[in-house]
Amino acid sequence: MGMTMAEKIIAAAANVETVKPGDIHTVELDRLMSNDGTTHLTIDMYHQLQNPHIADVNKLVWIMDHNVPCDSVKTAASHKKMRDFAREHNIKFYEGAGVCHQVMMENHVTSGELIFGADSHTCAYGAVGAFGTGVGCTDYLYAMVTGKSWLLVPETLRFELTGKLKDGVYARDLILSIIGMIGANGANYMAMEFGGEGLQTLCMSDRIAICNLCVEAGAKTALMDVDEITLTYLKEHGREPKHIFKSDEDAQFAKVYEIDLSTINPIVAKPHFVDSVVDAKECIGIHIDEAFLGSCNNGRIEDLRVGADLIRGKKVHPLVRFLVVPASAEVYKQALVEGIIDTFMEAGAIVMNPNCSVCWGSCQGVIGENEVLISTGTRNFKGRAGHKDSFVYLANAATVTASAIKGEITTADQIA
Amino acid sequence: MEKFSGKVWVLGDDIDTDIIIPTEYLALKTVEDMTPYAFSPLRPELAAQIQKGDILVAGKNFGCGSSREQAPEIIKALGIQCVIAKSYARIFFRNAINNGLLLIENDQLRDAVCEGDMVTVTINAYIEHNDNQYPITSLPQNLVEIIEAGGLVKAMQKKNGVC
Repeated sequence: MGMTMAEKIIAAAANVETVKPGDIHTVELDRLMSNDGTTHLTIDMYHQLQNPHIADVNKLVWIMDHNVPCDSVKTAASHKKMRDFAREHNIKFYEGAGVCHQVMMENHVTSGELIFGADSHTCAYGAVGAFGTGVGCTDYLYAMVTGKSWLLVPETLRFELTGKLKDGVYARDLILSIIGMIGANGANYMAMEFGGEGLQTLCMSDRIAICNLCVEAGAKTALMDVDEITLTYLKEHGREPKHIFKSDEDAQFAKVYEIDLSTINPIVAKPHFVDSVVDAKECIGIHIDEAFLGSCNNGRIEDLRVGADLIRGKKVHPLVRFLVVPASAEVYKQALVEGIIDTFMEAGAIVMNPNCSVCWGSCQGVIGENEVLISTGTRNFKGRAGHKDSFVYLANAATVTASAIKGEITTADQIA
Repeated sequence: MEKFSGKVWVLGDDIDTDIIIPTEYLALKTVEDMTPYAFSPLRPELAAQIQKGDILVAGKNFGCGSSREQAPEIIKALGIQCVIAKSYARIFFRNAINNGLLLIENDQLRDAVCEGDMVTVTINAYIEHNDNQYPITSLPQNLVEIIEAGGLVKAMQKKNGVC
């Protein structure tokens, strides 16, 4: 019986010949990412251990991104704890470099790895064929101390992509459409695997956006076939694959979906659920107070270019705050070179340093009672971006920018 | 903990981690400081009403969203004995077990109970409510050991001192 990519990666990490869905295996982890969302909790627990130690410090990457720069005395204390511990134990540490998943993609992740991240969107790493999965701080601590953890082998949903996205339609519309189709728990405990000729029309930024959001369908991980685009990306970033895994012809998938990319349209996910998706046109005219272009999902240079091309020579609506937050310092520098930052500032946008920003509802741009945000962020849960009685609409970079100009939700084709 | 009873609080589908504990309260120093704000976006009065030993009953995909471990910790700190939901999001499931919070999966009870009802749980066997029995699947022994020890770290300490 053949195996899927997810099964092959787990089998290799467990040092066994074969695995099947439902099996539980002890696995050796390649990399362990943690950010300032919960690292202070991990450290508190670490100090309570009878025999505190780190199995292999070279596997650890710690990234400050949720509250950067620090916004309160309370946060300063947890940041200091993380920074001091990283320094004392010689842990690879980033601060100011960007949102953790983007920093990981730019600097660390490679094909065939098995990675735990103390953040739910760790599934983004599947864009290069790595098995990334989100865990809490206790699981993280256990992995940090032992180098290992246990994993239940997931079933796999296979998405066979054909065709090409139309102009004005983006990877984000594709993954939101898929989440709308299978539901917020449609892939619970499962791996979502993507391949087919349509995948070759999607650049690495698109691929990261797709894999990153798979947790919003409940997925344990997302995985994409490794191809020339993957290998070029890794090479450009100075890395080689650890191993290239591919699902066998006779691998067993829980279900196979065939998706023609040309059938996808601009999508909006309405409050308060990511699977509450509608055609973006249905939301035209909804009042907004703030617009956000950024996040690990949609804050890369490709996304900023989309926004800049739309807003060049125009102005942000006077009653709207438009936050532009590059996903990493690398993205920010590239945007400076291309004049994109100038364009946004000329238009009246507020350009921020790379961080998680309002996507996680802290630090910057939090919205007030009854306010409405349109966002390229990851979630639209009730209260996610601030006040419990506020509203978040998720959309692609073009819709968000067009809405910032118009002062209400609109699509790019409505902006003259 | 083989058999216990408790009064139920009833919630809906897709109760996410931002509902369980909103981001703005995560900077508070301890989980105890955060407990008054549990479920506040949905039901601001609920945290104060929950009493030790109560049981939380919910719909599908309970705990979806973030990996913030404060979510199961707060539910435990409120004194909730166990959660009975139609299904759980996987990161929350692992985090709950790792913190010694018992989770039970049952897809019928949610639509049969009213808030304030009493239910009785017999571990790895069934739930009783108003003369009805709802079977529950048993948790694997290694997970039961983690819950009984009070969480993953404590279980490992008990087992072989590896941590």
